[in-house]
Amino acid sequence: MSLPTATARRAGAGDRSSRGRQAVLVAATLAVAAGLVSVAAGAAGLSLGEVVHILWAGATGQRHTLPVGAATIILDIRLPRVLLALLVGASLALSGAAMQGLFRNPLADPGIVGVSSGAALAAVIVIVLGPTLMPFMPAAISRHLLPLAAFFGGLGTTALLYRLATREGQTSIATMLLVGIALAALGGAITGILIFISDDQQLRELTFWTMGGFGGATWLKLAAALPLIVPAFIAAPFMARGLNALALGEAEAFHLGIEVERLKGLAILVIAAAVGAAVAVSGIIGFVGLVAPHLLRVAIGPDHRTLLPAAAFLGAALLAIADLIARTSVAPAEMPIGILTALIGAPFFLWLLLRRRGALVL
Amino acid sequence: MITQTLFRAVTPARRTLSCAVILAAALAACLPAAADTIVDAEGRRVEVTDRSRIVSIGGAVTEILFALGLADQVIAVDTTSTYPAAAQAKPDVGYMRALSSEGVLSLGPSLILAVKGSGPKDVVDVLATASVPMVMIPDEPTAAGVGAKIRAVAAAAGVPEKGEELAKAVEADLKTVTDAVGKAGAQHSAAFVLSMANGAPLLAGDHTSAAGMFALAGLRNAFAFDGFKPASPEAIVEAAPAIIVTMGRGGHDATDAIRQNPAFATTPAVKDGRILAFDGAYLLNFGPRTAEAARELAMTVYPELAIPPLARHPWTETAAAAKP
Repeated sequence: MSLPTATARRAGAGDRSSRGRQAVLVAATLAVAAGLVSVAAGAAGLSLGEVVHILWAGATGQRHTLPVGAATIILDIRLPRVLLALLVGASLALSGAAMQGLFRNPLADPGIVGVSSGAALAAVIVIVLGPTLMPFMPAAISRHLLPLAAFFGGLGTTALLYRLATREGQTSIATMLLVGIALAALGGAITGILIFISDDQQLRELTFWTMGGFGGATWLKLAAALPLIVPAFIAAPFMARGLNALALGEAEAFHLGIEVERLKGLAILVIAAAVGAAVAVSGIIGFVGLVAPHLLRVAIGPDHRTLLPAAAFLGAALLAIADLIARTSVAPAEMPIGILTALIGAPFFLWLLLRRRGALVL
Repeated sequence: MITQTLFRAVTPARRTLSCAVILAAALAACLPAAADTIVDAEGRRVEVTDRSRIVSIGGAVTEILFALGLADQVIAVDTTSTYPAAAQAKPDVGYMRALSSEGVLSLGPSLILAVKGSGPKDVVDVLATASVPMVMIPDEPTAAGVGAKIRAVAAAAGVPEKGEELAKAVEADLKTVTDAVGKAGAQHSAAFVLSMANGAPLLAGDHTSAAGMFALAGLRNAFAFDGFKPASPEAIVEAAPAIIVTMGRGGHDATDAIRQNPAFATTPAVKDGRILAFDGAYLLNFGPRTAEAARELAMTVYPELAIPPLARHPWTETAAAAKP
């Protein structure tokens, strides 16, 4: 009786890639399920049958046959919101996984090391100074300017972080965290200056960037984020093999035939695009980029070929569920989603630190 | 005759009282009510037909709706709607600046009244384009602003005559107070402390509701910056306000923190023990109770002025009880 079990275990341990493929499938299933549950549930008490009917009618161009109120809630409010939560969750988890690979460091997370702050700062500058610097900008252009600014903010921060924290192919954890703290402080200071010169309305918009959330999700926002997120998703698989080699060390990766500089450049671009777009549409949402990749590393190991897609799917599922709780638990009011991700993420982060206490040298 | 009544009732953009009178109650329930086109505070034209299920966002908006006797039509309020007490029994759609679009719409409202400044902006934009009419109510912290706010709420709620009556009564009271206050000699300088979080005072500057209330009560705001801002200790010492006003209820206020703050300790206000705590909604909502609040503040600050007591109104009945 024990023989087949032992064989199976040996096979599982020896063939991590099949386990990895399974994990990708499981994570993808989770993401789809989380998306469906999120669309089906909400503050408005519509039954599953009604929701399916509305979605079907909406998809087949029969929207005019629906009651206006219910159609608005599902098709204009809930559906774009769920899609945005899935997309942002995937972006944050993917960039978290890519960052941890690039820095060869388990603590790298766009929120912790200041990439999100950099992206948010650029967005805040556009909000406050945009009307002054470019008074006649049409709304359609400024909508796309915001994600673009956040992208360049994220790009600048990631590149600076890498330049400062990495020396001769070795990333110092201490330097990276300290640079992250310094960048976050700088961002806070500049935001402080902007708060002083902004009016009340702008001030409220600024608060949004530090809180994060999907309350204002619309199809337009989704469309504004896609031009940055889609290329990042497409590029991500091409750096998986490189990141695997990089885990051995920069010189070793070079000898394995990896163009290290090009790989690093690509990774920084992917991270900046994914984080920038996510921050531009939903503000700063922490811990997703940390929790999803690490859960998977524990389960399937560090192979980026499966880790990157699985992390993206898992991140999407986690953020969709977090947003579902945020908008239903205190309905008709809403809880800030940052509270929920921090509530789950912070203890996880502490657990991670405790578990790796022996291995971390600061 | 019924046919004719039906015809008149469904004629768009017509609001005739006789119609409602003639209609049998049963018929009225299943017919579309008369439609009004309201131009709101954002300059949008909003078509309002059904006022049976109102979501009220903003403490003053709720106060006005209750003062107009429309309490039964209000199905939900926001967190800032603390007065009258009956409003707090209604479902809560959250803080007026952190609304949820699906949350508000899930209650099945037929009309959303929101004070200007409600948010977040993205959510308000979504609500404005949804099928339910949303009317933004102007919010200017002045005597004229109170009248405008009452008239805007009443027009959207379909009771402009009642609104005119309420607005005139409140404006008359406000005039009584400002006339009396105008006879004061030198104006005292005053500071409004919004919060003392972490010992860092957040103070009211120009263009704030607090500055508006100071103007009504004959006080000069000691701080001239724009909006609510943290002030440096040195600026507080230099401004030397004679009066400090803060908000709080039932002893939960910042007066102790202000007294113990080294910068405030140097001001005449603290030395003379002139720190006043008022209920925030009562003092700063700029609604039907504003004349009462302005009178109370002015009487406390200038006891030598004999401001005639204001007539008792149903909407201020518990105002005295609401103060700390």
